[in-house]
Amino acid sequence: MMCEDARLLLHAYLDDELDAAQSASMVAHLRSCAGCAASYGDQTRLRKALAQPGLYRKAPDALRRQWTAATPAAPRARPGMPGWAMAAGFAAAFLLAGVLWIGQSHTSASSDLLVSEAISGHLRSLQGTHLMDVVSTDQHTVKPWFEGKLDFSPRVKELGGEGFPLAGGRLDAIDGHSVAALIYRRRLHVINLYQWPAQTESVQQTTQRNGYTVIRWSDNGMRFLVVSDVNPAELKQFVLAFQNEEVMR
Amino acid sequence: MLPYLDAAYNLAHWLSHNQADAQDVVQEALLRALRYFDSFRGGDARVWLLAIVRNTFYTLHNRHASDHLHDSIDEEAHPIADEHPSPETLALLAVDVGSLQSALQRLSHPLREVIVLRELEECSYKEIATVTGQKIGTVMSRLARARERLKSELIHHSKEVRRHDV
Repeated sequence: MMCEDARLLLHAYLDDELDAAQSASMVAHLRSCAGCAASYGDQTRLRKALAQPGLYRKAPDALRRQWTAATPAAPRARPGMPGWAMAAGFAAAFLLAGVLWIGQSHTSASSDLLVSEAISGHLRSLQGTHLMDVVSTDQHTVKPWFEGKLDFSPRVKELGGEGFPLAGGRLDAIDGHSVAALIYRRRLHVINLYQWPAQTESVQQTTQRNGYTVIRWSDNGMRFLVVSDVNPAELKQFVLAFQNEEVMR
Repeated sequence: MLPYLDAAYNLAHWLSHNQADAQDVVQEALLRALRYFDSFRGGDARVWLLAIVRNTFYTLHNRHASDHLHDSIDEEAHPIADEHPSPETLALLAVDVGSLQSALQRLSHPLREVIVLRELEECSYKEIATVTGQKIGTVMSRLARARERLKSELIHHSKEVRRHDV
């Protein structure tokens, strides 16, 4: 074996990645070549030095806590609790539940992807200051805010009378579209309502995944998708209220 | 995913140098992991997550995940063998955590990540190849180069220190 080859292969030898024949010729070379043997000795010491536990960066406790909060029911929002902590709690539960998906068959239709994306968007919106770009309980403030930011005019409804006060709005992206996101609240829960224009009409569909409910419907050339962790019955009530108001107008 | 939170964070931290950025990378990577869960086809979840962390880091920092232009030039210009063989070896040096840490941080991203994956995460060459999307042969030569570079950084640095002491 030439030293040039040995310099490369001694690393694989060190890592126990050589086959038997290559290992044998490596051993023979190291026995006969003082230079490569010294180099091997150095690399062995370097490896040992790199194994010192002080070099391993363990996840900070704060991060771990965020992602290990127990169940979707546990991290109920408390006043003053930072949004990201809630989000992370939900996300952790989602992750834990996610492990269970492995066993399930992959029915990965594009609509499934849409649901995942909507839930990810919902989780992301709960982090930090991402929830709202315009904070207002007044539809006449929220609706004009979207002007010029989107190529359509979103429907904005006040549903405070139904127990779903409007909290604000935000731009988001779903399925490659720029979408309007309206944020409503139900007690301490957050409801994200996404809407964007679409050619195809589709029937109302309810999907539940890991404690989140996603309801999709379309109306008058617009797709609507609402996602929240409130119980499904209340989310249906929200959808009815949103649709009913449309009829009344 | 949670059993691999440390692994995810360790890689993110070594790539991004600081705690705040590392946390952002891990948060985003875990969200992506949720979103792409459908694409997980079994196998080693740790390797899958590490690949997502790595990609997330490079996208968030607008870097090309694979070979940089100057990195490949670098590789041609500096073959694995050190051109200035010196009698100095690591045997005489105290290789403490502090000097290792700063030497590692002076390595380029492609070299640092392969060391972190191999020595800290104890990935096999095959696993590293999966995480970085490289061929096993590339992993082997890059790791060889990274270790030699790390060694010369350590030797060089201790020389500087000694010069300052005098």
